[in-house]
Amino acid sequence: MDPVKVIEIKKSVFADNDKDADELRRELKKRGVFLLNLMSSPGSGKTTTLIRTINLIKDKIRVAVMEADIDSDVDAVKIREATGIPSIQLHTGGMCHLDAEMTRQGLDNVDLGGADLVILENVGNLVCPAEFDTGAVRNAMILSVPEGDDKPLKYPLMFSICDLVLVNKIDVLPWFDFDLEKCKEYVRMRNPKARVLPVCAKTGEGLDAFAQWLLDEVREWKR
Amino acid sequence: MHELGIVFYIIKDVKQVAEENHVGHVSAVVMDIGEVSTVVPEYLTDCWRWAADKEELLKGCELKVNTVPAVTFCDDCRQEYETVRYGRKCPHCGSEHTWLLRGNEVEIKEIEV
Repeated sequence: MDPVKVIEIKKSVFADNDKDADELRRELKKRGVFLLNLMSSPGSGKTTTLIRTINLIKDKIRVAVMEADIDSDVDAVKIREATGIPSIQLHTGGMCHLDAEMTRQGLDNVDLGGADLVILENVGNLVCPAEFDTGAVRNAMILSVPEGDDKPLKYPLMFSICDLVLVNKIDVLPWFDFDLEKCKEYVRMRNPKARVLPVCAKTGEGLDAFAQWLLDEVREWKR
Repeated sequence: MHELGIVFYIIKDVKQVAEENHVGHVSAVVMDIGEVSTVVPEYLTDCWRWAADKEELLKGCELKVNTVPAVTFCDDCRQEYETVRYGRKCPHCGSEHTWLLRGNEVEIKEIEV
C-alpha cells in the first residue's frame, strides 16, 4: 500500500461563503441597493408582516422581495398579489438555508426595477440560516409570541447576528405565558446592540416603527 | 439538519485542494468540529457517506471528526471555564461578561491522500 500523505488545510468551512458575502455587500453598496435578510421559525408571520409593512413604504421607496423556500411559490405569489411589487421565489433544492451564492443568483434574476430595498425572506428555520452570511446589509428576525420568550436562550447564534428582532402576534399576549421584558433581557444577553420591536402583523400595531426603521436604514445605506 | 449543506462545502474545498496538489484520490478528511458549533458529528458523517461516494475522488473516503472542547473566557476575573457545563455565567465570579474563546469551529484540518 502507498504511504499516506497528509495535506494540511486548516480552513473554516464557512470561509468561502463569508468572502462571497462580503463581496456581494460591496457591490450592493455601489449599486445603492439595501438587502435585508429576514429570518424566523416557520409560521411566525413573516409573509403577513412583510405585506403590511411593504404597503406602508412602497410609495416612498422602491421595494422588491425574494422568497426562499424548499418548495412551492405560494409566498411569492401572495406578496405580489397583496402589494403589487416585484417578487420572486427561490428554491433551495432541499437545503435548509440560503448562502451568498444563492442570494446573488436570486438578485441577478429578480427584476429589481431600480429597487432601493430588497427583502430576502429566508427559509423558516432558526439554526442554519444564522450560520450562512447571505451578503445582506442587515439581519432581522421575527419571534412570535406562541413560540415562547426563551427562544433567545435556545438559539443563541440566531439572536447574536440579528440587528432587529420583531416580536410578532402581541395581540395574543394575554393568553400566553410570554414575558416581553424577559424576552428583551434574553435578547440583550445574546446581543446588546439588537433592537426589539413588539408588533402585530394582524392588527398592524407596531409596524409603523418597523417601516420607519427600514426607511432610515435604506437612507443611511444610500448615503 | 444543516449538515448536508456543510458536507457540500467540505467537498468543494477538498476538491480544490486535491486539484492544486494533483491528487487522484483522497482516503480521509479530518475535521475540527467545536462542541458548540451546532454541527452534530453523527449527522455530518452520515451525510458525508452519502455525498462523498458520488464523487470519484472521494469514493470510500473516511470523514474523521475531532471534537474541539468549548471554552469561555471571563472578562471580569480573567479566567477560563468549560462552556457546556457552566453556560454564559462565570462559575468563578458569577459575571456574565463572558465570551467564547473556542468551540464553534467547523474547520477542515487536513486530508490524507
